[in-house]
Amino acid sequence: MSNPYAKLPAWAEYGLIPLVNLIVAFLVAGLVVLLVGENPLKAAYHMINGAFGRGEYIGFTLYYATTFIFTGLSVAVAFHAGLFNIGGEGQAYIGGIGVALACLWLDKTMPWFVVFPLAIVGSAAFGALWAFLPGWLQAKRGSHVVITTIMFNFIASSLMVYLLTRVLKPLGSMAPQTRTFEAGGQLPKLDWLLSIFGLDVGNAPFNVSFLLALLAAFGVWVLIWRTKLGYEMRTMGFTPSAARYAGMKEARITVIVMMISGGLAGLMALNPIMGEQFRMQLDFVQGAGFVGIAVALMGRSHPAGIIPAAILFGMLYQGGAEIAFEMPSISRDMIVIIQGLVILFAGALENMFRPAIGRGFATFGRRFPVAAQRGA
Amino acid sequence: MSDIAIELRGIDKSFGLVHANKDINLTVRKGTIHGIIGENGAGKSTLMSILYGFYQADSGDILVGGNKVTIKDPNAAISSGIGMVHQHFMLVENFTVLENVMLGAEDSQILNTSISKARVELKRLEKEYALEVNPDALIEELPVGLQQRVEILKALYRKADILILDEPTGVLTPPEADHLFRILGQLKDQGKTIIFITHKLREIMAITDEVSVMRRGEMVATRKTKDTSVEELAELMVGRRVLLRVDKGEANPGAVKLAVENLTVRDSRGVTMVDNVSFNLRAGEIVGIAGVAGNGQSELLEAISGIRRAVSGTVLLNGKPIDVTGHADPGDLRNRGLAHVPEDRHHVGLVLKFDEAENGILGYHNDKRYLNGVFLDTKAIQVDAEEKIKKYDIRPPNPRLKTANFSGGNQQKIVLAREMERGPDVLIIGQPTRGVDVGAIEFIHKRIIEMRDQGKAVLLVSVELDEIRALSDRIIVMFAGRVVGERDPDATEGELGLLMAGVEGRKEAAE
Repeated sequence: MSNPYAKLPAWAEYGLIPLVNLIVAFLVAGLVVLLVGENPLKAAYHMINGAFGRGEYIGFTLYYATTFIFTGLSVAVAFHAGLFNIGGEGQAYIGGIGVALACLWLDKTMPWFVVFPLAIVGSAAFGALWAFLPGWLQAKRGSHVVITTIMFNFIASSLMVYLLTRVLKPLGSMAPQTRTFEAGGQLPKLDWLLSIFGLDVGNAPFNVSFLLALLAAFGVWVLIWRTKLGYEMRTMGFTPSAARYAGMKEARITVIVMMISGGLAGLMALNPIMGEQFRMQLDFVQGAGFVGIAVALMGRSHPAGIIPAAILFGMLYQGGAEIAFEMPSISRDMIVIIQGLVILFAGALENMFRPAIGRGFATFGRRFPVAAQRGA
Repeated sequence: MSDIAIELRGIDKSFGLVHANKDINLTVRKGTIHGIIGENGAGKSTLMSILYGFYQADSGDILVGGNKVTIKDPNAAISSGIGMVHQHFMLVENFTVLENVMLGAEDSQILNTSISKARVELKRLEKEYALEVNPDALIEELPVGLQQRVEILKALYRKADILILDEPTGVLTPPEADHLFRILGQLKDQGKTIIFITHKLREIMAITDEVSVMRRGEMVATRKTKDTSVEELAELMVGRRVLLRVDKGEANPGAVKLAVENLTVRDSRGVTMVDNVSFNLRAGEIVGIAGVAGNGQSELLEAISGIRRAVSGTVLLNGKPIDVTGHADPGDLRNRGLAHVPEDRHHVGLVLKFDEAENGILGYHNDKRYLNGVFLDTKAIQVDAEEKIKKYDIRPPNPRLKTANFSGGNQQKIVLAREMERGPDVLIIGQPTRGVDVGAIEFIHKRIIEMRDQGKAVLLVSVELDEIRALSDRIIVMFAGRVVGERDPDATEGELGLLMAGVEGRKEAAE
């Protein structure tokens, strides 16, 4: 009675409502396309075709999705403990150092499957380190992580400019980047995975870090719902006063959660550095840390929601690039508008259609009094 | 003119799948006090919210004075002559009484003319209804009883003929409640109609002319108050016979289990909430702490259970000190045999978004029997939850159901099961039956007495004086953070009421 939002069946809650939100976002995006004088149906065709039309396109879509799974999980983990880590951008950037160091050290002497585990540990450790400081400041000094993690993004950015122009740049090179890695620093593509479905990955940098992302998603699920730490995190996230009552150590949990979150963001660096460019370049994160916030929001901070949300954003990136290529009057900025609309409807206006859908269910339920009674 | 003030015909309201009001018919006669009782979630508040324009009914008619009206918002309710006194006052704390009364009912853009007009009108109302209150006093400086009077004046100022009072006595001391009843009697004599919502049967019997009972969204009965009894009303509310009195034998107090000495606690603003409090709690007895809400009981419980840091004083649990002024750890205290049922189960005792089984281990989540290394042993947690559900008759018996979907009484049983099943030496309980339905109250009281009879020491805090008197073996009264007296449970309500109001306490504390 006190809850104006009636409880809906799970399939409506997690399937129907996000779908309706998404459709509305695309309808509004279509209006924007119409406004610049282009045909929205044509744009939609290029978007879908550009994202899924060929094996290579799918490869690109999943390559982007890999990145967003990592950053989405990073945001989600912190979110479960009531912490809003918007420093994924900086943590991923710093995580790149761990990848680069492992590759620069061993790429000439070791095969990729030896370098990869080290790079995983390295990227996670550097990402965790970058999140440790804001976490510690929140736990011990009460400095809000939203403020500190944002500031740490800027510090990371400046630090990386310094490192890439002074320290990690090979002598005599003009570009602010490390040297190109040899075979040991290059991850194999997942061409075999796509060829199972009769698709050819082509030039797409779809690589084994996708499998690591799936593994990380499973790991996050286990952490949140199957461990004591996850239980404590969720208690703290839902009801901090109950966590205090239960004797949970808030400061300790805050620091640990921030480090796990930062570590996951750091893992993201593996995908572009070892999977695509085979070197660490300036600004390789390219906003993925912020997209992770949208992905986590849309995926309702659940790994099973984050993976499809990440693929959706991968589609927007890849398909969007294709639209910009095919329809010159639709610029790259239009794609950002469409992404913004998806975030707006799927995140901020999440509950807009809920009352209407709830009413629909109530009318439906009244015809079946037994079902309605159970609901009440 | 008809003698009917308000008539509701076939009011129906659903929130999604929840059918909060089912085909409600209600007739309130002019110049009467009409009580509405029902358990939590019976639909009383929804019905009154429809009457006051917070919600719209899905179907049905509202007739005021025989005329059909549409009440689409509170303003429409006010212009139909309906006024509401909310359970939680809607007053601006740092405004004066006069400013609060005229707020939103100013009749000019220029404030001065409004103020002087309002002052005249307020004086007239005060005189007519004998509701004296200083118009220039700040709300925050007034005691709760007078704040409530301001709420009533606000409604009268807006020319309300029908007053709805939602659980008005929850925040009052017994003398203040008696005073309120006298005021309501005067208002009735002046021809006003009063709808009085409560869950306290005694109040219904004391002041109403007629009473309507709601159960699960339906209006199940309307009776003339003089033709009914507490027992009948309780039965109508719950739908079965209930035992209203608690049977308990003599207490057998044993060794001191909890010794509190000179405990002082301040709140976050630095205000002293617990002032030099000392008492002992023995095995096999229930000590009740009586007092009006906000007199330091909450802070006392929090300090003892390690949630809030005390400024000074000592607390001994089983003869060993608790570091109340330093780093007392609630988890550690649990291991030492102190269990705590907190006053606020929604924000402290439970995580409402957790399922029942998850809440069953809150605070005991470090216990090895629920864990496999760092992993939760979901099987063991589930089995544990099922056992408690059976033993405490928690309904619906589904450990996977979200706790928010249980009724207040069943939520409280989840907390009680968790804290009692450990067999703690000391059990401290805050507001064991707040927001709990009558049927569950009986069960909870029995369990508390069982704990005592097993030789546990029980510290009970409640704002329900009846509950304190029914359960306690000794009663300590707190006022303004101090212990102002200790009484036997057979002390009269009047005696305890005066202590709770701080009248007699000053003398005694000075001794």
